Amino acid sequence: MKNNPPRVALFATCLVDAMRPQIGFAALALLEQVNCLVEVPMGQTCCGQPALNSGDQDGTRKIAKHNIKLLAGFDHVVVPSGSCAATIKKDYPDLFETDPVWHAKAVDLANRTYELLSYMSDIWGWRPKNVSCATTATYHDSCSGLRSLNVQAQPRAMLASVAGLEMRPLEGANVCCGFGGTFCVKYPDISNAIVAEKAAAINATGADLLLGGDLGCLMNMAGKLHRDGSKIRAFHAAEILAGMGDGPAIGETA
Amino acid sequence: MNAFQGRVTAALADPTLKTAIDRTTNTARSKRAAAIAAWPEFAQARELGRDMKDHVIANMEYYLTMFEANAVKTGAKIHWARTGQEACEIVVGICKAAKAKSVTRSKSMLGEEIGLPHALEAAGIERVETDLAEHIIQLAGETPSHIIWPALHKTREQVGELFRAHHTDPGELATVEEMVSSARRNLREKFMAADVGISGANFLIADTGAICTVTNEGNAELTTTPPRVHIVTAGIEKLVPSMVEAMTMLRLLVRSATGAELTQYTTFHAGPKQPGDVDGPEEFHIVLVDAGRTTMLAEGLAEMLRCLRCGACMNHCVVYRQIGGHAYGATYPGPMGSVITPSLDGLETSQDLPRACTLNGQCHEVCPVAIPLPTLIRGWRTKAWVQGYEPLHTAWALRIWEFFALRPVLYQLASNLALRIMPLFAKGGWISKMPLAGGWTRYRDMPIPQGGSFLAQYKKRQAAK
Ligand code: SF4
Repeated sequence: MKNNPPRVALFATCLVDAMRPQIGFAALALLEQVNCLVEVPMGQTCCGQPALNSGDQDGTRKIAKHNIKLLAGFDHVVVPSGSCAATIKKDYPDLFETDPVWHAKAVDLANRTYELLSYMSDIWGWRPKNVSCATTATYHDSCSGLRSLNVQAQPRAMLASVAGLEMRPLEGANVCCGFGGTFCVKYPDISNAIVAEKAAAINATGADLLLGGDLGCLMNMAGKLHRDGSKIRAFHAAEILAGMGDGPAIGETA
Repeated sequence: MNAFQGRVTAALADPTLKTAIDRTTNTARSKRAAAIAAWPEFAQARELGRDMKDHVIANMEYYLTMFEANAVKTGAKIHWARTGQEACEIVVGICKAAKAKSVTRSKSMLGEEIGLPHALEAAGIERVETDLAEHIIQLAGETPSHIIWPALHKTREQVGELFRAHHTDPGELATVEEMVSSARRNLREKFMAADVGISGANFLIADTGAICTVTNEGNAELTTTPPRVHIVTAGIEKLVPSMVEAMTMLRLLVRSATGAELTQYTTFHAGPKQPGDVDGPEEFHIVLVDAGRTTMLAEGLAEMLRCLRCGACMNHCVVYRQIGGHAYGATYPGPMGSVITPSLDGLETSQDLPRACTLNGQCHEVCPVAIPLPTLIRGWRTKAWVQGYEPLHTAWALRIWEFFALRPVLYQLASNLALRIMPLFAKGGWISKMPLAGGWTRYRDMPIPQGGSFLAQYKKRQAAK
């Protein structure tokens, strides 16, 4: 780390940018609490995952190069999404296997990139102080964060320090919710069957809130819960940790 | 709607399929989890298994030669088949030479893959399936829907109906035990009367020339011992160097498949009956089958050849658990099938399989030989994209989106415009119908954007500071 405190880029992700800016502001608030010098590079759009998962490697490489250039020079790059962080950390280097120059740059970026929740806990040992949220909640582990980046204990440990928040275990918390990026619109029937099972498990917890670390999955589950008339409300865990739990949940108007 | 989508629709509409899938796969998952939890060296064994398989695949010729030489010493006759068709011709040829009217067969996925049941039928040879589940699907005229439990898609109730229709003296059939004994009564005679028994192999052991089969019903033993002729068909990837490695692989295979420590029957067969043996076949044939394995190596799918056919990946697959095995329309369903089928059947006709996957990675996590299934599945998507198989509308949508993603200023303009339009479709915070979003809104509501992109709001906030 060149700078102390570190210069940190917040890579908000395309979904947060468009659908739920509050997660971006929650991330900023958390990063400021550990005294990072946070910047939001204006040239950011998307990590390229939709292209990658559709098989368009050339298109993904172009987007990856754009982001590698954009995020050069920051000590850390923090992403409030396990799957987008994993794309940068795990997939970018693989994309440039035959191109030593860009491969080195991709590895360098990968080494500086972190998923937000694990970053707060693993790097800074941060726990919320004076944050309260008197309600019950359950937590879904999004797949990429869980399996590619080992995000599992960190959010739970931090949420345990939120005053008044009672966490309820979710049966099959580590099982995919059926989102899968473009999968959910390419195969809506299968995706629906999967998320219906997930929604039933969430309802069975009897919790008031559903929390997670990836907006795509949260939108999928919250959208299904809402369609079925469930009263369970969904937030990104960062929002609760930043004390924004009394604001509107996903899909609620302020 | 294409053929895959049609099968998916049918599967999702089937009123009993999901119950049947859940009964078996839920038990399989929890038993496996308990078995792995009780085996502290699992992670180590998994690495060992992976490395051992990779070693054998890299030295295939060496171990095949060793296996052949040692098997010949035991009195076995070795046959080589480049294709599935060649393999079937060899098997049918042996049956005809033995003047076989009836053959017994113990479950083998390779047999299904190469179309052996059909080939035997076409040759006019009676085929008796000795595995209970294979017996069920033979009666039903179906194909396996799972590689470990071929009749997983059938409920107990459906099996009862089938036996009542086909068995002589089926009895009450009120319990699973009664069903099993009805099958036993109906099959036993045929077991004993068969001229040829055909089995697969779970392992080919190079340094002894023996083959190993694992079953829970003991049917492999009944298939391979009473008949005069025993034919083994095995994919060349089943090779292991020696008994030591076979033991490691056995532990990995059985725990991953059923959660048991060992199957009820683990049998090693080495050559025909020797002088002094009480039983055993007079002829022992081993048909070593390539059928696309070498092609898979060349296609960059070497890791797939590690597969032990344990079924754990499908038991843990959210897609398989909704649509079942038949929807895949191929011999091998689930994650491993989505990697193998495009290679065996061609990518163009099976391109939906690698696409109908959320890439959640649980299959890789549970695979006892650490096959990176999601990576291989995504590899097929890359090939499909390069070959222009991606449906035009999604390909164009993606290209347009990529165009904007590379031009941040335009991207923000377009996105903020869209963000202003979206709320027009909303009712109370949620959108339940919107043009171009039918795939999403058919089943779920879409939250309306909070208003203005994060970047736009952030810029405003910074300017106000
Ligand atoms: S791919 Fe792995 S988990 Fe799936 S059947 Fe093969 S060995 Fe088992």
